[in-house]
Amino acid sequence: MGNILSLTTFLPLLGAVILALFLRGDDAAAQRNAKWVALVTTAVTFICSLFILGNFNPADTGFQMVESRDWLLGLQYKMGVDGISILFVMLTTFLMPLVIASCWDVKSRVKEYMIAFLILETLMLGVFLALDLVLFYLFFEAGLIPMFLIIGIWGGKNRIYASFKFFLYTFLGSVLMLVAMVAMFSAAGTTDIPTLMSFTFATENFSVLGVQIIGGMQTLLWLAFFASFAVKMPMWPVHTWLPDAHVQAPTAGSVVLAAILLKMGGYGFLRFSLPMFPVGSEVMGPLVLTLSAIAIVYTSLVALVQEDMKKLIAYSSVAHMGYVTMGIFAVNQQGIDGAIFQMISHGFISGALFLCVGVIYDRMHTREIDAYGGLVNRMPAYALIFMFFTMANVGLPGTSGFIGEFLVLMGIFQVNTWIAIFATSGVILSAAYALWLYRRVVFGDLIKESLKTIQDMGTRERVIFAPLVAMTLLLGVYPALVLDIIGPSVSALVGNYETALATFEAATQFASN
Amino acid sequence: METIILFAPLVGAILCGFGWKLIGETAAQWTATSLLFLAAILSWVMFLTFDPSAHPNGTYTVNILRWIESGTLSTDWAIRMDRLTAIMLIVINTVSALVHLYSFGYMAHDENFKENESYRPRFFAYLSFFTFAMLMLVTADNLVQMFFGWEGVGVASYLLIGFYYRKPSAGAAAIKAFVVNRVGDFGFALGIFALYMVTDSIRFEDIFAAIPNLQDHTMSFAWRDWNTLNLIAFLLFIGAMGKSAQLFLHTWLPDAMEGPTPVSALIHAATMVTAGVFLVCRMSPLMEYAEATTSFIVFLGATTAFFAATVGLVQNDIKRVIAYSTCSQLGYMFVAAGLGVYSVAMFHLLTHAFFKAMLFLGAGSVIHAMHHEQDMRNYGGLRHKIPKTFWMMMIGTLAITGVGIPLLYVGFPIGFAGFVSKDAIIESAYAGTAGGYAFWMLVIAALMTSFYSWRLMFLTFYGTPRGDAHTHEHAHEAPNSMLIPLYVLAIGAVFSGMVWYGSFFGSNDKVGKFFGVPYAEASAHGDAKADGDHGEDHSDDAAHADEGDHAKEEGGHGKAHYNLVGAPGEGAIHNSPDNHVLNEAHEVPVWVKLAPFVAMLAGFGLAYQMYIRRPDLPRKLAEQQAPLYQFLLNKWYFDEIYDFLFVRPAFALGRILWKQGDTKTIDGGINGVAMGIVPFLTRLAGRAQSGYIFSYVFAMVLGIAVLLTWMTLFGGAN
Repeated sequence: MGNILSLTTFLPLLGAVILALFLRGDDAAAQRNAKWVALVTTAVTFICSLFILGNFNPADTGFQMVESRDWLLGLQYKMGVDGISILFVMLTTFLMPLVIASCWDVKSRVKEYMIAFLILETLMLGVFLALDLVLFYLFFEAGLIPMFLIIGIWGGKNRIYASFKFFLYTFLGSVLMLVAMVAMFSAAGTTDIPTLMSFTFATENFSVLGVQIIGGMQTLLWLAFFASFAVKMPMWPVHTWLPDAHVQAPTAGSVVLAAILLKMGGYGFLRFSLPMFPVGSEVMGPLVLTLSAIAIVYTSLVALVQEDMKKLIAYSSVAHMGYVTMGIFAVNQQGIDGAIFQMISHGFISGALFLCVGVIYDRMHTREIDAYGGLVNRMPAYALIFMFFTMANVGLPGTSGFIGEFLVLMGIFQVNTWIAIFATSGVILSAAYALWLYRRVVFGDLIKESLKTIQDMGTRERVIFAPLVAMTLLLGVYPALVLDIIGPSVSALVGNYETALATFEAATQFASN
Repeated sequence: METIILFAPLVGAILCGFGWKLIGETAAQWTATSLLFLAAILSWVMFLTFDPSAHPNGTYTVNILRWIESGTLSTDWAIRMDRLTAIMLIVINTVSALVHLYSFGYMAHDENFKENESYRPRFFAYLSFFTFAMLMLVTADNLVQMFFGWEGVGVASYLLIGFYYRKPSAGAAAIKAFVVNRVGDFGFALGIFALYMVTDSIRFEDIFAAIPNLQDHTMSFAWRDWNTLNLIAFLLFIGAMGKSAQLFLHTWLPDAMEGPTPVSALIHAATMVTAGVFLVCRMSPLMEYAEATTSFIVFLGATTAFFAATVGLVQNDIKRVIAYSTCSQLGYMFVAAGLGVYSVAMFHLLTHAFFKAMLFLGAGSVIHAMHHEQDMRNYGGLRHKIPKTFWMMMIGTLAITGVGIPLLYVGFPIGFAGFVSKDAIIESAYAGTAGGYAFWMLVIAALMTSFYSWRLMFLTFYGTPRGDAHTHEHAHEAPNSMLIPLYVLAIGAVFSGMVWYGSFFGSNDKVGKFFGVPYAEASAHGDAKADGDHGEDHSDDAAHADEGDHAKEEGGHGKAHYNLVGAPGEGAIHNSPDNHVLNEAHEVPVWVKLAPFVAMLAGFGLAYQMYIRRPDLPRKLAEQQAPLYQFLLNKWYFDEIYDFLFVRPAFALGRILWKQGDTKTIDGGINGVAMGIVPFLTRLAGRAQSGYIFSYVFAMVLGIAVLLTWMTLFGGAN
């Protein structure tokens, strides 16, 4: 099992290759086969990832199951997993079979659609497992392409605008990251991530165009990475691509986007920004906290007035990601535990919410809130599921949504009470927009003629939701499942961060004496 | 046993809510109800056999499961049993079981639903779920589990207020209840964070133990430094304000009457709304040393008692009158809790649960009889039509207005439950504020309570039938399933005050024994002399143990004085060394003891004059005092003010941020930069649709991927 990480990562790709090479035609049978191949592939991938989880030792805070090979041009192919990345891997492999199952009714270019998702899965897993800068960058950027195509080809009316907006936003952010990576290589002489994590980048202040840069090189590198991850998260004010992308993306695309792709930003902060540029993080931390607090209040207010269901949920996602960035840059155990938990939990909840929109979109072909009303009369099961995830979204205790939010707020309160007050006010606003949406769509009498024959969820749809409900409840009631795994790694991360800062402060004091 | 009490309602909710298709509607309802009765019976066993002296600090904990663990933050799902929990257990489970039973009759036919719709199992499941959440709240051994119950009851309340989902008003009221409660939760959550920050724990035990070190401690919060304990107590109290509908956060409670009446009885009268009072009592070791905050609690409680009573004077909807009455009575409880006589607050909580649930269920019976007519102006003369309901409502009214025999003391006062507990609060208010604002507000509120309660009785049951004649002709007595709960609650409404007087409002030794708090005799100089650790020596069944002690107590004013001397966390409630309100409350002047009684009589006389002797008077008065009448009828215009101050601006701001912020500024800025390359992109896009681009990119990705795979599996020998 020495290759378990690579095996898991590239299994979906293998499925894609099989589909591309061996599946011919576009009739019903071929479409069905394509879907089954994809489903089986993602399911097997999930089973593989369970072996990773089984072999994982939470007490060991270093990288585990490391695979390392020489690669092109003297570069390294290196994969490994630690307490911070493993749950993102599990989240991805867990959700992908559900994503595939959710597009069972797609009729156009099914084979290509499946291929795109399978490739996307490989690339996403690669991002979380790569232990080499170049490899990471490759996966990180290549992931844009399938998503770009999913939106651009299978999306809604304005898909071209949305897909380019998505692509350009995220791509431009990444260019700066690439520059930073080159600078890192020239400073440290390696692209090996574990080595870079223990390398101390220069912190001497210098000035650029007359502006004094506190923390010097580290701050600049931090900013470059920030540009990329902040767009990915997305953080206010570079979030505007997300609502458009979500609105235009097909349901399955939205699920992947919200549930997994956004998490790459958070993962990046944890893998690069905090451990590699602690001084930069310390210098720029207040900025991130402020932006996060603004994001929570701002996007919640915007969500309140949305007329499109998907847009509303997209804005709510931005608000929830605000908690994540806030937790990360609180840099204490509760904050980071909460941030990771929030990302995992948001994966289930936002995924489920987009699926909820998909259920009625499939039936009525509109996402406009005003087109609905009184669905509970004909769709009781749907009303129940939607209610459950609405409550999870507003962070009801007992669901996973609560734990993440609560821990983050607990963490940030110890750092800055102002930020905590603003962020906590988000719990009021989130209740307002989420319940207001629910009321307009589900409650009320069923008056609209078009809805009189709408059908409740079928078996396939219920089966898709069941695991999501189970995970949301399970993590809400017994969060130790997650916290036990991430705890030691987060504790080590926070410890290293504090040590690095202490060293830096001692050095600057020494210098000023 | 604790676990059975806690989880029986949850099991009932699940079986009933998800299993009714298998076992049938009626069986599902019976499952939920019988499990609730089981929980109720066990709770009584628990309450009557619970002996604080048998456990260190009068409390013990049953751990269930690990919950949130992150760094030094560590919480479990656990049950904390002490006297406060035991009291809440009987209140919650008794009322809930009776409400379940009552709902068999009340919910049997409902014109809000169509013929073939199964709404009953859902209703019962929600009720049971609510009970479970409420039990989680009161059995929590840490603040986060309490928060779980706190929000859980909020959701149950939301679901039940919105139960008639076809009614737009119900949907609106449900959201309002949830969001306003969230405003309270905002404060509650901040309070929890602050507590964790200063005590490094959120378990009650650790928090209480840390309190002595925190006196005179300051912490910075927002723009300045605050006294830590005052700040935390205030933040927690914001939560209590929301849940218990105190002034400023009360607006959701009257609207919550959109829910079915059994819900109003259970959630919005007897249990959930008292959670705030419970919170303050539970945190008594903290509250005791947060003087600024407790003064505020007293002030706000008294003001709420007054405010809600004024609004209750003029409402015409029978349920709204009782809702404002609830709001007002909660104000009484907060006055007691704020003054540091937590046992008295709990006393009123207990008695109020009985008589208010009873009034609501009685009102439900009236509404049931009158085909869901709720406007009292269309009632009248119903006492002959529904005599049993009438007598039950009469008992409830006698209890809430505080009918009893003043100054007579036979080991305990003689009177209905409300008489005993309300007078206890008013006397404490006099003692605690030296006859100040709170005392007078409460006495005036007592007058108004009596007025609106009798107004309700007179309008409903006396006079001539008004409104639809057909409805009046067909008015019918409720079935037994609805009457039996009323009879049971009537027992509580009559006797609960007298039976438990000693335990809640007796001298400190009895209270201390009951709550498991160490007490000591105070000599004339005020020095305390220890008198056994927990008073455990003569611990009998605490509820009944007091008979023999009454003789001593009766003549005891000014003789044997006891003080509660436990350290924070010893026992269910805590009093600081300089808190003597309970002792002083027993020595108030005679006129103070008479004041609420006189107020009650005055209210009755006024109501009698206006609604029996001169039924034309109210209309004249309303016309004469039109501005005042409108002001009260419109509930002091709180809803309108909030709508203007918060709701509209929030939506407007949202729209501005969206259209101006996102679309114009951010996108506009970025698009402007990108404008140069857009035409180029459009051309590309045209080709993407044709499929060429797709193939190219696809080939590229595949290439990279294959290369990587090959490298992984076969390349690189290291």
